[in-house]
Parts: sequence; structure tokens; C-alpha cells
Amino acid sequence: MIAYIVRRLLYAIPILVGVNLITFLLFFVVNSPDDMARMQLGEKRVTEEAVQAWKDDHGYGKPLLYNAGGEGLARFTDTIFFEKSAKLFVFQFGSSDEGRDIGYDISQRMWPSLAIAVPVLIVGLAFNISFALFIVFFRATYVDLASVVLLVAMLSISSLFYIIGGQFVLGKLFHLVPISGYDTGLNAWKFLILPVIVGVIGGIGSGTRWYRTLFLEEIAQDYVRTARAKGLGERRVLFGHVLRNALIPILTGVVVVLPLLFMGSLISESFFGIPGLGSYTIDAISNQDFAIVRSMVFLGAVLYILGLILTDISYTLVDPRVRLQ
Amino acid sequence: MIRLIQTAILVIVLFALVGCGDSSWNSPYPSSDVDSNTYYSSFYERPKHLDPARSYGSDETIFLAQIYEPPLQYHFLLKPYRLVPLSAAEVPVPRYFDAAGNPLPQDAPLDMIARSDYLVRIKPGIRYQPHPAFARDAEGRYLYHALTRADLDGIAHVTDFRETGTRELTADDFLYQIKRLAAPWLHSPITGLMREHIRGFGVLADELGAVEGQGALEHVEALRRARISGVEVIDRYSFRISLNGKYPQFNYWLAMTFFAPMPWEADLFYAQPGLAERNILLDWSPVGTGPYMLTENNPSLRMVLERNPNFHGERYPVEGMPGDAESGILADAGKPIPFIDRAIYSLEKENVPRWNKFLQGYYDSSGITSDAFDQAVQIDARGEPILTPQIRERGISLLTSVEPIVYYMGFNMLDPVVGGDSERARLLRRAISIAVDFEEFVSIFTNGRGAVAQGPIPPGIFGYREGEAGINHYVYEWRNGRAVRRSLDEAKRLMEEAGYPGGVDPETGRALAINYEEVATGPDDKARLNWLRKQFAKLGIELVIRATDYNRFQEKMRTGVGQVYMWGWNADYPDPENFLFLLYGPNGKVAHQGENTSNYANPEFDRLFDQMKYMESGPERQAVVDRMLEIVRADAPWSWGFYPKAFSLHHRWLMNAHPNQMANNTLKYRRIDPVLRAHLRDEWNRPVTWPLWALGALVTLLVIPAWWMVRRRERSTAL
Repeated sequence: MIAYIVRRLLYAIPILVGVNLITFLLFFVVNSPDDMARMQLGEKRVTEEAVQAWKDDHGYGKPLLYNAGGEGLARFTDTIFFEKSAKLFVFQFGSSDEGRDIGYDISQRMWPSLAIAVPVLIVGLAFNISFALFIVFFRATYVDLASVVLLVAMLSISSLFYIIGGQFVLGKLFHLVPISGYDTGLNAWKFLILPVIVGVIGGIGSGTRWYRTLFLEEIAQDYVRTARAKGLGERRVLFGHVLRNALIPILTGVVVVLPLLFMGSLISESFFGIPGLGSYTIDAISNQDFAIVRSMVFLGAVLYILGLILTDISYTLVDPRVRLQ
Repeated sequence: MIRLIQTAILVIVLFALVGCGDSSWNSPYPSSDVDSNTYYSSFYERPKHLDPARSYGSDETIFLAQIYEPPLQYHFLLKPYRLVPLSAAEVPVPRYFDAAGNPLPQDAPLDMIARSDYLVRIKPGIRYQPHPAFARDAEGRYLYHALTRADLDGIAHVTDFRETGTRELTADDFLYQIKRLAAPWLHSPITGLMREHIRGFGVLADELGAVEGQGALEHVEALRRARISGVEVIDRYSFRISLNGKYPQFNYWLAMTFFAPMPWEADLFYAQPGLAERNILLDWSPVGTGPYMLTENNPSLRMVLERNPNFHGERYPVEGMPGDAESGILADAGKPIPFIDRAIYSLEKENVPRWNKFLQGYYDSSGITSDAFDQAVQIDARGEPILTPQIRERGISLLTSVEPIVYYMGFNMLDPVVGGDSERARLLRRAISIAVDFEEFVSIFTNGRGAVAQGPIPPGIFGYREGEAGINHYVYEWRNGRAVRRSLDEAKRLMEEAGYPGGVDPETGRALAINYEEVATGPDDKARLNWLRKQFAKLGIELVIRATDYNRFQEKMRTGVGQVYMWGWNADYPDPENFLFLLYGPNGKVAHQGENTSNYANPEFDRLFDQMKYMESGPERQAVVDRMLEIVRADAPWSWGFYPKAFSLHHRWLMNAHPNQMANNTLKYRRIDPVLRAHLRDEWNRPVTWPLWALGALVTLLVIPAWWMVRRRERSTAL
């Protein structure tokens, strides 16, 4: 297994280089170093000299990808791409274009993101699986039909609707929770109720339907019929056999998103005023802060690869037939 | 299952009851703060810089202006805007000298003045806020000026340093800050401008360029060693700034935070290794002498200002405008300020939660977004905005004021069709100016929050004229005591005179096509662009919308490839020079990288500008401004657009919320009644708990039959 993991990690290097290159190209198609300088220097009284000085100071005064004036390897290394990308591979994110340390900001802002994402995942998972099992128990009845209609309706609704609706009903109409905001430490709990409720409800439609499909597939298997034939109760069949055997695809979906929980939610954090990594990324894009954008994309890619490797490893834990070679 | 759900609901309710204490459940603030003397507000954009040498944006000024004290400030109540001392003892009066250094009288001809000296005397006894940069041990040595990495263990914020100190403000601190403005590594936006005016500033900037790229500590040392010939410290409490020639607007710059004092100790403290890695930077942790100090700087969550215990003290103004005494704005006249102990600004990026939290009483004041406008404001029979009954019931008040901003539709004067000095192009621009109905624009797209512009100078700025004397008679005529836009027939006639009868371009035989450069960000822009197309279509002109992002738009402006566009200008200071320079030839965008985005150049206008710029405000200067306005109205390089009106709402517990568009340091004048606020918040936000019980009952009603069905199914036989 170790050899497999090492091999997968080595495969990750060209993937990360590619991700970095694509991010770089996409960013600089839209924004030039001049634009970035003007964004940072403000709109008034900005001179060309000031723009050039800012670029030189922040390492954006060099050619983007290829330095025709360089010699040998310097043609590629004495460029913005190389200088800004190389350090990422040792997780040195450097400073944002505003001058703040990105690594420090990430270490501070990942906690609010996790504070929402983890409860949403756990509560959502528990609810969705329970609901899916309930529907499967009543498969091919009106309960099943009504539930599927409800789920399709729920997944058709935009997540924005859940957010604004939740803020309106629970925050504004019933005065039960703060509409938005956040606090540090234990004081954060009352700000998490609404985002977590909204996150869970928003995920019920797609989540429960997915699990229902998995369970229905399992329930049609021969071993389930055998279990019933042996006189096992329906609850025992569902929880003891169907659920356990459906764990592999559930794990696939869950483990792969675990590392990405750090990255936060772009929309939700913005609407609820949560200072997480999602809003950090959105702010960086709107402020044309390439240093943060490339760091967050790189981090996202690393975590996604990590998630995939963890998924592979988790297969071996839930299914003894699977061996990593 | 039922028990589990019931337990969960109970736990949530208990948590809510325990956690919220006496305060409302939906309160975003701790219950301990419920009747504290705290001002609550929000901000939309996180500040980029809090270093007074770098900051130039309004998102930053709302914080910086409460912390730093430049020599001057704007009087809180008087109009037209008037400069009064802040950290200075009095408003400096420039002294003029000829090339030989001989003093000249105040009315000396401009060409004789080689130098202007501004002697700034500062008030003695002003002390900095408590800060570790000033902390010393018993022997007088600085405690935190030689920090090692080990010393920084456990330090995450500047407030984590145990010891703090202070010291008196001296003239050296102003000198140090002026030198910082010249430092190339700080990228101050006014370096270029001050290079033109302050003697020796350019030399200093070039000298400092030699040390750029060295370490932060070396930068501080270089600044401390550096000399600037145009700034001289006379004694502990006075310094002199020498300018090249005459620059009457310089006093306005002395009211901006660029010229706020900076203690070298603070710069050195933050320059030490290890602090930047913890984001403990001067750019994020200001050190000032003002009424407030920043105690929490988390721009992704909130910014907290607290009363500076070392504040030197100031009193509420006793002088106001006619009617101010009756309105109650002078009720606190002569009382010591600031009134408020703490101000919490929360980041609120979305309009909906911001507005709802204001209505719940969790923000003391608010602007009005377009979404909420109809809910808050209605227009009365006289066309005046008034609050809707439901907002009035809450005791909310509305304050409006015209902002010192102009939004204009500009023509690129370098363009061969709409630009240039030809009569044909001039008539075309005038015709378009008549056709584009900005009254309608203001009504539709700003909910009436704007005054249609008659020229580049907004109301409240010297040079603006009210009534008939102030109208742009090329676009308006004076009828029944008000300005009325000239008829479309007149605009069509101008088109014919310009050689475009019916809007047809004789060269192509088709409708004249004009390109409009636009920063379109989303579907909301569609209605506005359609409206604009219709305005041009009134004259038979086909408007081609060239939508792009802001970066490309700016590039088009820099290279002068556009034809028509819309832009705006927010005043730096209340002087006509700060608006008329937008049309000054040597300030052209393409040729000189200036702010004259239309690239307008008229020798007579430029000559008058050079004259007006150096004049004292008075009848003579007004006459020159009038002539300048006549020239630009005739040439019509802009279709004059509108001046936006700021609408702000304030709860009844907030006092002294007076709109002053130039002064940014107005927090110190505000007063709140925290007891009334706590009472009303409680009344407005009583939790409605029946839905919780209803939900519980519903779940029970659903779960019991489901459970019963499950049991029944399990017990049933196969056949």
C-alpha cells in the first residue's frame, strides 16, 4: 500500500503543475500585472511610474512565462510563473498583494469554514441516510412516490433560495437566530445554527435521492433476498446488510470531500458573513489578488488529490476484497 | 426516534436560552453588551491599507480618520466646508517669497511667488494611544525594539504584548510621515503630486530609491536619517513646509490622513522580523493620537474601535448653520467628545442581511439599497423623499445630502466623430446632451437619489451656482422658476446642423453608429443599457454597446480608443480646482496619464484654470469659474450627468448624525442612548417560539404513524 501511495503522490506533481499553469493562464488572460497594480494602488492619481514600481516590488515586473532576455534555464525560471509557483510546492504561500501572510490567514480562516462544513456533513449524512432508508423501507408505495417528488422539488431549488428563505423565516420573522455574523470561540455556536440548518436542508434533495438509489440497488441483490428468506426482519436487513454493503459508494462520496471541507463555501460564507476560506477566495478574485488565488487553487487541488487517495485507502477498510497495488 | 428529535429541540432551545441570557435570541452581539455605550455599523468592502501613507479609499478612511489626526479637519456643521485645526493649533496661513527669498504680500502676483511656506504649530500635550512600540523599562530602554523570534512565542496580535507606553506628539512625527510619503517601497498614491509641490521631495524620493529592496529595518533607518529640504522642524511643536510656488489647495491636503503624524517607534516596531509573518503590520495596526484606537482588526469579520484613553480631548462645536439649533444638532454644543466608548463595524457583504439587521436595531444607521428603497422611502406630493409609515413608526429618521461627486457621460475628444474642436462635433455632442435625459436616469436607476448636473462642480463646492445663473443653457432653459431640458426637436435640429439629418451619417447613408464603452457586470445592467440605446435612438443614432470588464475599460481610457463612456469623480477636497482639473488639457489621460478622461483641451480654459487654481475664493474667482463653465458647456466634452444624493437612515437612539460629505472623522460627534436601544431591540426582536413547538408536533405527527406503519409491516405476513 505504501508503494501505491508514494506512486499516487508522485503522479500528483504533474497534476499540480498543470493546475497551477491553467490557473496562471486563466488569471492573466483576464488581469494583467498592470491591472493588478492599479487595483492595489487605487484609482486616483496613479502614474505609470507608480505602476511599474509596484510591479517591480511585488515581482510582477518580469515576463509571464518565457523570458527571451534570459540565458539557459533562466529563460523559464526568471519569469512570474516560475517565481510565483515554485514555492507553492513546499507550501510557502508568501504574502498577498496587500502584504498579509497568506499561510497565516489560511490557518486562521479555515476554522470558521470547518465550523460550518463539518456539522453540515455529519448532520446531513445522518439525516439523508436515515431518510433514504425510510423511503426504501416503503419502496413502491405512495410514501416513496411522495418522497421522491419532494426530493426532486428540493434539489431543483437554488441554494440561494434556502439561504435567503432561512434568513427571512428564522432570523427576521421568528427572531430565533442571528441573520448573519460570526464570533470566535464558543460564542460562534449561535451563528452556526442557521448556516448549518440551511446547509443540511439544501443538501437533502440530492443527498437522499443518491442514497435511495444506492440502497435500492443493494436491496435487489440476492443476498438480501437470502437474508429475508432466512427470516430476518426488514429493519435488520436494511441496517445490517443493505447499509453496510452500500457503504463503499457512500464512502467514495464522503471521504473525497473531507479535505475540501477546509475550503469553505463561497456563497454561504458571503451571505452569512462567515470569515472562512470561501469568502477569502471570493474576495481575492474580486481584488485581483493573484497571490491568494493561486494559493487557494493550489491548496484545493492538493486537498482533492489527498481526498482521492484517502478514498482509495478507505476502500480497503470497508471491502476486504480490495487491495491497493 | 421521537425521543431523539425531542431531545435535540430541547437542547437547542436550552442552548438558546442559556446563551442569549437577557438579550434577544437573534442578537449578533454578546448579551453583556446589551446596554453598552457602543456604536454598531457595518462595512461592505474590507479595507486594503490602514497605513496613512498608502490609504486613499473611503473604505479605509472610515476607520483611519477616527484614529489618526492630521493637522486640520473640516468643521462638522458649517457650510461651505471650512477647515479648522485638529492636531494643529491653528489653520496655517501661507507666507510667500520671491526667488531671492524676500517675503511677499498675500496678494503678490503669481509669477513673483517662488516659494510658499506653511508654518504648522501643533497643540502641545497630545499623546499617542497606548502601544507596545512606546513601552520602556525602568531605565528608559524600549522593551520591544529588539525582538527575537523567541520573544514572539504566543504573540498573535499586537494586543498580546503585555506592556504598552505612550509619548507626546512632536513636530518630528509629521516630518517622519512626510518622508514616508516619499518612500518608494510604500507606494503612496500622492508621491507624484507631492513631488511637484514640496521642495526637496523629489530629491528625497530618489535618494530613498537607493535603499529600496533592503530590509524593513534598513528602510526605517534610512527614513530616520533622511533629510528633506522643504520640511523643517522649528521646535518641538512646530514645523515648516516649503512649497514650490503657490499652491492654495495645500491646506486641504493637510486635512487628509496622508499628513497625519507617524512616530518612528511604531515604524521600527513593526519592521522587526517575525511580526510580518503574524500579519502584525503597521499597514494593519494603526498607531494614532485620535479619539479612537483600533483594538480588533479582523477585516473579514469586524473592526472594533475603542476610546483612546490618552486622547487629548476636544469639544463639540458650538457654531452651526441657521436652523441647526432648532433641529437639535447643537444640543451637545461645548460638551467634551467623543461620546461613544466603542464602535463595532461588522463586515456585511450582502444587502439583504445588512438591511434586515438595521431594521432589527442591530445597526444604528444604514444606507438604503435599491432593493430596500421602496420599503423605506416614498416620494411626497412635492417630489420630496419621505419615509414610509412603517419605517417612521420605528422612529427612524432620514438624512439626505448631495455628495461631492459627479457622474458624467464623457466624449473622447480624440475621436474623429464625437471629439475634436470642429463645430460639427460640438453640435453633435450638444444634441446628444439634450437627448440623454438624465432626469429620467436618476428617477429610474437611482430611485431619484441624485441631482441632475449643470456642470462639473457639485453643490456645496465653491463655484457652483444655484438657480438660473447656474444652468447649462445649451441643454436647459429657465421656465417657471426651474430648469427645463430643451426639446428633442431642438436636439434634432442640432443634428441637422451637424450634418446628420435624422441621425443619418452622410458618408455611409445609414444611422450614425457610436460606440459606448461600458463596464457591464451582470444582467442588472441590461435595463440601463437598453435605456441608453433608446436615448440615442431618439436622434436616430445607433448606440453600439461595447461591454467589457473594468480592466479593459481602463485600458481603453488610457489608450483613448473609446468614443462615449460613463465615469465619475469623488472630490478629494471642496475646491473647484478638484473638479475643473478633470477637464484641464495638461491633465489628459492619453497624453499625460492624468484624470482628464475625455482628453479635453481648450487653450482658453487651460489658461483660466491656471489663473483660477491660485486664486482665493471670492467674487473674482467666481467670475473666472463662470467663464470656465461657459467654455466647457459650449464645448460639451461631457454630458453633465448627475450628482448623487446620499440617503442615510438613523435610529432614534443615535444623535448628531449630521451628513458632512467631506469630514470623515465624525464618529466622535455621535452620541447614542444605549438604554433606549436595548429596550427597543428587545421589543422588536422577541423570539417567536410557537414554530418550534409546531415543528416538534409536526415531526411527532409524522413519525408516530410512520413508526406504526413500520411495525405493522414488519409484523405482517408475506401473504
